[in-house]
Amino acid sequence: MADKFDEATQKELAQFLEHQQAEARLNSQIQKFTSMCWDKCVTGSIGGRFSRGEESCLVSCVDRFLDTSLFVVKRIEEQQGKPPA
Amino acid sequence: MSSFFGGNSSSIRQSQPPPNDTQRKEAVMAQVRAEVQGANAKELLDNLTEKCYLKCIPKPGTSMSSAEETCVSRCMDLYFQAFNITAKTYATRLQKERIAQKDANAASSY
Repeated sequence: MADKFDEATQKELAQFLEHQQAEARLNSQIQKFTSMCWDKCVTGSIGGRFSRGEESCLVSCVDRFLDTSLFVVKRIEEQQGKPPA
Repeated sequence: MSSFFGGNSSSIRQSQPPPNDTQRKEAVMAQVRAEVQGANAKELLDNLTEKCYLKCIPKPGTSMSSAEETCVSRCMDLYFQAFNITAKTYATRLQKERIAQKDANAASSY
């Protein structure tokens, strides 16, 4: 195998990998939302384009899911009597 | 991408580390990037195939009809659009939450 990278390069690569992992996580979130919101919003037969309602449903679907996610966390924190950070 | 690695490895051994390190580093980064993107593309295609199959082929016949093909084509375009809408909405929201978080932190530090 090739020699080890010097310390600075190792550091740079570690940072790069962290970045790529974050991107991979973001990608899989987007995949999940797309799949879920497709099922929820694209209920009619497939035409050439989305209806106005379908498109705005997709947007709301993502936003309301995130609202729900934030709400759930807030609720749990309140129940545990945890002071806001 | 194999040429990327193959081209380097024979010449890399003898010479000094600094210039080679840069090349090797770039090669590693290029491969990781390609893997992340490839995995994303694969997942998108897997999901899209399933969704469009469900939408367009409700009763599988002995062969695929041209109407079914038209439906799948349209469905693919729409799924890509849905992906883009979702990505954009999520990005906008993340940015908004980040700003809100920053404001909250700033306010609590007074």
